[in-house]
Amino acid sequence: MIRSHVLICGGTGCTSSNSLKIQEAMNNELTAMGLENEVKVVVTGCFGLCALGPIMIVYPEGTFYSNVTIADVHEIVEEHLLKGRPVERLVYHEENESKHHATSLSETTFYKKQKRIALRNCGVINPENIDEYIAMDGYQALGKVLTEMTPDDVIQTILDSGLRGRGGGGFPTGLKWKFASGNRGGIKKFVACNADEGDPGAFMDRSILEGDPHAVLEAMAIAGYAIGADEGYIYVRAEYPIAIKRLEIAIKQAREYGLLGTDIFGTGFNFDIQLRFGAGAFVCGEETALMTSIEGNRGEPRPRPPFPAVKGLFGQPTVLNNVETYANICQIILNGADWFKTMGTEKSKGTKVFALGGKITNTGLVEVPMGTTLREVIEEIGGGIPNGKKFKAAQTGGPSGGCIPASLIDTPIDYDNLIAIGSMMGSGGLIVMDEDTCMVDLARFFLDFTVDESCGKCTPCRVGTRRLLEILDKIIAGNGELEDLDRMEELANYIKSASLCGLGQTAPNPVLSTIRYFRDEYVTHIVDKKCPAGVCKNLLQFKIDLDKCIGCGMCAKNCPADAIIRTDYIAPGHKLASFEIDPKKCVKCGACMEKCKPHAIYKD
Amino acid sequence: MKKNLTTVMFRGTKEQEEQLYAVIEKYRETPGALMPILQEAQEIYGYLPIEVQRMIALRMGISMEEVYGVATFYSQFVLNPKGEIAIAVCLGTACYVKGSGEILDKITQILGLPAGSTTSDGKYSLEATRCIGACGLAPVLTINNEVYGRLVPSDMEGILAKYK
Ligand SMILES: Cc1cc2nc3c(=O)[nH]c(=O)nc-3n(C[C@H](O)[C@H](O)[C@H](O)COP(=O)(O)O)c2cc1C
Ligand code: SF4
Ligand code: SF4
Ligand code: SF4
Ligand code: FES
Ligand code: FES
Repeated sequence: MIRSHVLICGGTGCTSSNSLKIQEAMNNELTAMGLENEVKVVVTGCFGLCALGPIMIVYPEGTFYSNVTIADVHEIVEEHLLKGRPVERLVYHEENESKHHATSLSETTFYKKQKRIALRNCGVINPENIDEYIAMDGYQALGKVLTEMTPDDVIQTILDSGLRGRGGGGFPTGLKWKFASGNRGGIKKFVACNADEGDPGAFMDRSILEGDPHAVLEAMAIAGYAIGADEGYIYVRAEYPIAIKRLEIAIKQAREYGLLGTDIFGTGFNFDIQLRFGAGAFVCGEETALMTSIEGNRGEPRPRPPFPAVKGLFGQPTVLNNVETYANICQIILNGADWFKTMGTEKSKGTKVFALGGKITNTGLVEVPMGTTLREVIEEIGGGIPNGKKFKAAQTGGPSGGCIPASLIDTPIDYDNLIAIGSMMGSGGLIVMDEDTCMVDLARFFLDFTVDESCGKCTPCRVGTRRLLEILDKIIAGNGELEDLDRMEELANYIKSASLCGLGQTAPNPVLSTIRYFRDEYVTHIVDKKCPAGVCKNLLQFKIDLDKCIGCGMCAKNCPADAIIRTDYIAPGHKLASFEIDPKKCVKCGACMEKCKPHAIYKD
Repeated sequence: MKKNLTTVMFRGTKEQEEQLYAVIEKYRETPGALMPILQEAQEIYGYLPIEVQRMIALRMGISMEEVYGVATFYSQFVLNPKGEIAIAVCLGTACYVKGSGEILDKITQILGLPAGSTTSDGKYSLEATRCIGACGLAPVLTINNEVYGRLVPSDMEGILAKYK
């Protein structure tokens, strides 16, 4: 008889910190103690609190262990699973209420304000076992549409729900399906899934595929039924080996159960899915480029119209949706459009998954109703900024998006609000920055990315982004002029209006939004030749506070440029003479600062 | 994507060639087969030198230009062999704001190896990658697929010392 379940996170984050070896050790330990028939170990998808990984949860108690190591496994098995005494020191404690430890996940501040629809099975089921998905109402939505609904009913339900695409653009999903629905049965059509997740620093789609792959397969089959397609493609990044493996297993199991293939549920409906692997080109996330890539070519965008709904993959009508968009579909079918509409704002319904990263305590995955404010996400769910630093800005939309400054932290997050403040929803990357982040350097970082990723097909994007980057480089090197700001804005607006695809049309956004909200910081770089955040190396100097220096010489020993020499000044109360840095020799590597125990070295 | 061509001599074996031809055969009827073929070819050889691209073009009956065009378009296809000790530092946004640029600089400083290159003895290679999905552990790097996270520059000497 199984009396306990041990859930171990097998998401990419926790796997990187050895969760699969912990699982192995756990199984060995259980066998050694003769508990293998009483305790079942289940590897799940991401729980969301990746910062604290590896994560382990023991049911029925719901004890939530974080930062588990292989060395802890023996103790957990012996104390908790054998003797029934949870290992206190590993139980997750929230910083603010140290006495109280959350016995159930949903009680923690991290989960309390979340609403999990797209992520509902992540961290709950074993994604490699179709029976666990079915036990969570899996494939019921497909059964329902095939036996109780006409294709038009399905499209109407999705339209009524107000679901908008989660891949970035926010186009109404129902409308997209409707455009592709003409001439069902008379013409070959495709359903495709965009799992290329190009925003660097975002991992929502990956976590869904790793934690609940069947939800995407089922939704694609529903889309196939709605528009009259019998073939689906998932375009997934080759850099996502775990997601790929779980998708392969899921497709195989679904075929074995007759949930993909021919005559599904005995209704005569046929649908099957193939995988295609992206190869690390950001532009292939753009819909037309993605299709060109599946066709085996260089993934260059093509002009629209014709839209994919008319002429998509292999020239046939195609519906392409994002992973998270699909992950909402089955729940809408089962619970109804009205249920979905109760969540969110007037024009953005439902929830959105965000990958919280950067300078934030709880880096990880969160899903919140649309309209939740940035403050709630960062300060409550995210646990605030670590090390007592101040929140400076957040970036949404990745390289296509913009920054949201601290003054707008109470903005309710939805598609339209973010556009209005010069950013965009994007696919869900949310990078938090503190006072140590330089906004000019950040703009440069994103532009460097887009220059590298521009496919080169059209000139405004290929040449324009490069010019923008050159101006930023000039500013960062300390050679900027005030006119450069106007030049950049003018150039940026030209690139936005003249580029062929979304990559070029959005590439200048990080520059425009940082100029809009952090103009002062640009001016300080240009006029005072200083970087207030202490990031831009050409604009800062390493200096030694002579009175703090104890003369130990560690800095000088580690300086690759021999730039540090002893002075004849002995600070009051010290025995040895202090050191100083020769700014002409210093290459600004920072090695001295790391080595200085009394923190006598600073950046100016 | 800018790509540097390799200077390392091609040392493909007969077995590798046979494996490659089997892959091409497998995809004979698949529409859009070039991408999956290049992906599997890279698994066989570890990289995609011109010699391999030429074999693919000839066997598939398509132009060399087409193969080269696709191989150079995608960053995942590498034309240079990786080092025995392949180091990849994540420069995704989450890692970058947490200082992965400094980690990269530190490794360059220790090994005297700029990002995007391989030492001439083929021992070390260093590259900057995009998000590898372990953002919760940022900043991260991988050495031969082993992940190291929550790094500070001063960790690097100790970590690299493990791979000599
Ligand atoms: C440069 C560029 C990159 C994109 N990257 C992605 C991506 O990584 N994932 C994604 O789902 N959509 C991405 N998109 C949006 C897609 O073009 C497309 O709108 C989306 O996949 C449609 O699905 P949805 O309506 O469900 O959002 C990108 C668009 C552009 C212009
Ligand atoms: S805008 Fe940029 S990425 Fe898009 S087609 Fe033009 S060059 Fe290529
Ligand atoms: S920053 Fe580097 S080069 Fe400059 S003084 Fe310190 S150790 Fe020497
Ligand atoms: S390491 Fe710090 S305390 Fe020691 S000599 Fe250098 S500056 Fe002075
Ligand atoms: S990967 Fe384990 S909690 Fe996210
Ligand atoms: S940004 Fe480095 S792992 Fe995601």
